[in-house]
Amino acid sequence: MKIINTPLDFNKIKFLKAGQEVLLSGTIYTARDQAHKKLVQGIQARQTLPFNLVDAVIYYCGPTQTPRGKVIGSCGPTTSSRMDTFTGSMLAKGLRGMIGKGSRSVEVRNAIKKHKGIYFVTYAGCGALLSKYVKCAQQIAYGELGPEAVFKLEVENFPLIVAIDYSGNDIYKGTSAL
Amino acid sequence: MRQLKAKAITQAIVELVKRANFFLRKDVLFALRQANLREKNRRAKTILKAILDNAAYARKENLAICQDTGMPVVFVQVGQDLKISGNLKAAINQGIAAGYKKYALRNSIVSDPLQRGKPGFSPCVIHADIVSGNKIKLTLLPKGFGCENKSLLKMFKPTASLAEIKQFIIEAVKSAGPDACPPYIIGVGIGGTADYAAQMSKKALLIKLSAKHSKLEKDLLKQINQTGLGPMGLGGKTTALAVNILTYPTHIAGLPVSVNISCHALRSAEIVL
Repeated sequence: MKIINTPLDFNKIKFLKAGQEVLLSGTIYTARDQAHKKLVQGIQARQTLPFNLVDAVIYYCGPTQTPRGKVIGSCGPTTSSRMDTFTGSMLAKGLRGMIGKGSRSVEVRNAIKKHKGIYFVTYAGCGALLSKYVKCAQQIAYGELGPEAVFKLEVENFPLIVAIDYSGNDIYKGTSAL
Repeated sequence: MRQLKAKAITQAIVELVKRANFFLRKDVLFALRQANLREKNRRAKTILKAILDNAAYARKENLAICQDTGMPVVFVQVGQDLKISGNLKAAINQGIAAGYKKYALRNSIVSDPLQRGKPGFSPCVIHADIVSGNKIKLTLLPKGFGCENKSLLKMFKPTASLAEIKQFIIEAVKSAGPDACPPYIIGVGIGGTADYAAQMSKKALLIKLSAKHSKLEKDLLKQINQTGLGPMGLGGKTTALAVNILTYPTHIAGLPVSVNISCHALRSAEIVL
């Protein structure tokens, strides 16, 4: 199994192909609907963002509360397509990788190709299991959003499947749904 | 007349919150295991195994099966000969809020759908029904919104053919595609009014997957599984685990059909007091 580490500069992802399984270690940032809205507003207003987007990996995830004695609660992926309208401007600012579930729009696929990004999916509806791969979690921004805040996660061997590679090959293209 | 304190209902709801969110339903587990045995597709098997491992790990560690612990939906069947002292509705919502907090579940509920704001644990959605007897049955269904977002309602003409209705249900699944965590459980409500069909389609998710299914339900399941969407939408025979249909008398001028899709993490728990 291929193992990759963050930050994800292009050299680390250029050999990855749609459909391939990989394990990711390093730092990833959670962000979902409302955090995306705020991040893109920040980009438009030329503000400094809560974390550096260059070569970063965003995980579409809103974890449960953290149970006592645990690093994090259940923390699986949420539906990626809700973030589609925000993704282009994030990729343009250097975002490299995204982790979520489900398919993406044609616009996102094209933006991934243009900016040499990558989209991964992980085991959907398996939030308890995925919490095992998170070694450290810290809320770093937008605390007012509750579970939609941005959390900085340190992950080890987090299981992923490449869904859209940098050349735009899409694991979901051609399925009955698209 | 039998009396029951509202406080007893709050305590029961707290327990249901734990059971529903930590312990995957036995009938769902069984259906997932059967699907895993049937699948030939390597990736589909890997995903089904992860889903089963997830359920086992959640149970062992007291972790939510899914981080989306849903909009809690509570079905209440109150016996007409039962007297509840205190505020039933408040008791249910207090149980939800206390349970979700106690078991470190997710605060996914915004108090205003337009203003949004910081999310909290409650309120839940309550569907109440009056039945005979002096007991109360409470059923909690935490409904994740990845799949709730794929719900559909169509008001068919009364002259619509069964083929058209089947097509609508299958298209609902296809349009959900890989996004809502397949393999799905498809709840369908046919008849009543627009609101009642929608409610039935949700309630249909409470029917045991192992229950005897009608020819229509079996036919639909077969056709849905022939789409090849599979677990996580990455291919395979297992696009849905079951199609459950509830029907009700309707008006001569109409034929409401509602589809409520559940992800594979179909969670519910019930108690009779």
